[in-house]
Amino acid sequence: MTDRFRVRDASDLQEAIAWAAAESVPWEIVGRGTKRRLGRPVEAARMLDLGALSGITLYEPDELVLRAGSGTPIEDIEAALAREGQHLAFEPPDFSALFGAGGAGTLGGLVAGNLSGSRRPMAGSLRDHLLGVEAVSGRGEVFKAGGRVMKNVTGYDIPRLMAGSFGTLAVATEITLKVLPRPEATTTLMLGGIATAVALPLLRDLAASAEEPTGLAHLPQSIASEIVGLQSLGSKGDVTVVRIEGTTIGVADRLARVMARCRQHDQRTEVAELPTDAAKHVWRELGGGAPFAAESFRGWDVWRLSVVPSESPAVAARLMAQGGCALYFDWAGGLIWFGHSPRRGLHEAVRGALVAHGGGHATLFRASNDTRRQVPVFQPQPDALAALSRRIKQAFDPRGVLNPGRMYAGV
Amino acid sequence: MPEPDGDVLARREAIVAGLRRILLDDGVIADDEGLKPYESDGLTAYRQVPIAVALPRSTREVAEILRYCHDEGVKVVPRGGGTSLSGGALPLADGIVLGLGRLNRVLSIDLANRCAVVQPGVTNLAISQAVAHAGFYYAPDPSSQIACTIGGNVAENAGGLHCLKYGLTTHNVLGIELVTIAGDVIRLGGRHLDAEGYDILAVMTGSEGLLGVVTEVTVRLLRKPATARAVLLGFAGNPAAGACVAKIIAAGIIPAGMEMMDRDAIHAAEEFCHAGYPLDVEAILIVEVDGFPSEVDALVDRVQAIAKGVGATHLRVSHSEAERTALWAGRKNALPAVGRLAPDYYVMDGTIPRRRLPEVLSRIAELSQRYALRVANVFHAGDGNLHPLILYDAAIPGELERAEELGSAILTACVEVGGVLTGEHGVGVEKRDLMGTMFNERDLAHQMRLKCAFDPDARLNPGKMFPTLHRCAELGRLHVHAGQLRFPDLPRF
Repeated sequence: MTDRFRVRDASDLQEAIAWAAAESVPWEIVGRGTKRRLGRPVEAARMLDLGALSGITLYEPDELVLRAGSGTPIEDIEAALAREGQHLAFEPPDFSALFGAGGAGTLGGLVAGNLSGSRRPMAGSLRDHLLGVEAVSGRGEVFKAGGRVMKNVTGYDIPRLMAGSFGTLAVATEITLKVLPRPEATTTLMLGGIATAVALPLLRDLAASAEEPTGLAHLPQSIASEIVGLQSLGSKGDVTVVRIEGTTIGVADRLARVMARCRQHDQRTEVAELPTDAAKHVWRELGGGAPFAAESFRGWDVWRLSVVPSESPAVAARLMAQGGCALYFDWAGGLIWFGHSPRRGLHEAVRGALVAHGGGHATLFRASNDTRRQVPVFQPQPDALAALSRRIKQAFDPRGVLNPGRMYAGV
Repeated sequence: MPEPDGDVLARREAIVAGLRRILLDDGVIADDEGLKPYESDGLTAYRQVPIAVALPRSTREVAEILRYCHDEGVKVVPRGGGTSLSGGALPLADGIVLGLGRLNRVLSIDLANRCAVVQPGVTNLAISQAVAHAGFYYAPDPSSQIACTIGGNVAENAGGLHCLKYGLTTHNVLGIELVTIAGDVIRLGGRHLDAEGYDILAVMTGSEGLLGVVTEVTVRLLRKPATARAVLLGFAGNPAAGACVAKIIAAGIIPAGMEMMDRDAIHAAEEFCHAGYPLDVEAILIVEVDGFPSEVDALVDRVQAIAKGVGATHLRVSHSEAERTALWAGRKNALPAVGRLAPDYYVMDGTIPRRRLPEVLSRIAELSQRYALRVANVFHAGDGNLHPLILYDAAIPGELERAEELGSAILTACVEVGGVLTGEHGVGVEKRDLMGTMFNERDLAHQMRLKCAFDPDARLNPGKMFPTLHRCAELGRLHVHAGQLRFPDLPRF
């Protein structure tokens, strides 16, 4: 049975971690717990909730900077930004459907996973927008790193080190981000019936084009038919989705040229513009792996693979050869969401596909606790890198009291 | 700098011989004349001749040299193009310089995935030149881009004129190969995005050669914008120019470049290259918008409307590539132009929250009077990166010291308004003693422990970045133990 405690402020957090370091008793750190099932199960009997470290403490729209407590719900941040016509350009993904959790979680959780959505290849990742942190390290000491300005090389980039560290080095109390203007206009095109083999080169071509699309995904029929808004096309075949953003006049001009490019690749493609709300829904679903929340995939293990875009068709072919599986592509082919009915040993085939085709990494994104204990959730590291990672862990958290085991055994 | 190790100095001959066993003939420089060019970098006020310079030609040789130095207790200062403005490549009397200049090949260009794999000694500009034929380029463009190398860019997290829209080096590097001081070769990232595990790539970027030596870099390539247009604006005062910048951003426009120059810088530039800048203004702004053609035209119109609204007294728009280049000429030559105003100049590099600019400029003017040294200012207005240029004459006794004191006072003023000590030039030797204005002891201890994780014996570029050197064993000690702290009074849920 897990003992659950809640911090009221940053000084509670500091005391709780200092105590843990003195006693060598670990904490599992949670915001709203929406991503507890991501990563390896934490080896800790006590849980520390950061929900009270909530609130935006600085927001200067014309400086493009926002600072908030790590326990601030993402929805609150997005709402505040929307009021000023701004957004988080890396498009925070919402995994609530995939994990069956309520809401998109907190800023701290998002940073801990360095999680970015469909706009990532064009706009950069979460870590690319991270400017500064205040945090308590596993030593129980408060420290700050980075700052609030756009350009800063003063000292090591510890804020970015914390992004993607799953709370195993330090626990952020405050996080400062670069925010950006939300595009004035946006439209999403659905292209019906383009086979994967044709669609992926098309997406790469579009990604390098002057039209600069900000969303490029391809969904084989089995996935498209699960997404509200795409079903009418999805019932007939694969669906390719292209998002175009910019000024009103810019979007109109881009649209015409994108359609022309698509027709060059496939003459017979059916093209339709998605209504605004439906488009928003579709991108949220895609970014959050939500298609795999569908009933037909219940109990399936789900992977998120970052691959070399041009190798994507080859990786996908090897994955699909496993049978009893489904996948879709985002990031112009650079990201593959792959689900399969649970089977032993499949992780070797998944990671083997990457080794054979240009490298990359595969994260076991959704699986049972048992599976996530037995199968490396994150891409295994070569020895020298693993040793360096352990030394970094040791530097920040010498007693191993922060989320032990969440990333790798012993880290 | 740390006191030279007498034991190492005494073993000079043996160390040179040891390096020659690894690199053969011409890979080691140890004669006085040959060492001279390596005694300083772009921060020429500091000079020191090293024991030797090692010039490896492969990752394997880099690893062997580092392993040798690690085993022999010899310090290593990595060096790329030697253009650091913060003394990042300043040698140590009891150390060697590891020059990466011979690792200068573009290894592969992968246009399908819009990336290139290059060795660290390739210059920044050479990357863009290697892919220009296909319409691509590498975005970060520090003004030393003809000479500075990509390895040095990674070490310093170099920036340039287009950072607000296109980011710094850290946003444009997909992967690296690095060698640790123990000689381990580690590859990070690659042609895919967001490699998981601790983001050591981000930590290495901007680590100023203190953590490891970069031997290969995978950079992101961008399609050259379909079009780019620039607007030159003149203002009667700095506040109006500052307001214009804020309104452009608030209007949802992210210019590719947004540069500001003050009166002294404008006059110097105009005299130097006759770019046609207005001389009857206090500040000019150059705003460049790039991207999709019809959109660029619409945004240029909006920028003009905003500028008129805040009282711009001068306005000129580029209608061709030649006109655009001409608008930029003065800014791009601002440093040499200002350099003609005095025998020497000293470039500062603070970043501030943009809205504090008018007050920081007034403060700089006050300080300039107090120290009796002229200061011209160029400013990457989009991202708040300020480059005050302090004019002085090193031949006048005490003037260099006064210029350095003025520089410290300016950077301290930047920190006081919520800014930072360095936006793109690095801490190096130059600003290491100011780290305490921005970070407390605990903040610095967390950074130094990170150094310990890579280089526990402080062999790599010691004496840079941190005001004092601490032993790793001392930094790592935890001062609380079981039974000493009460369990905090936390609510359960």
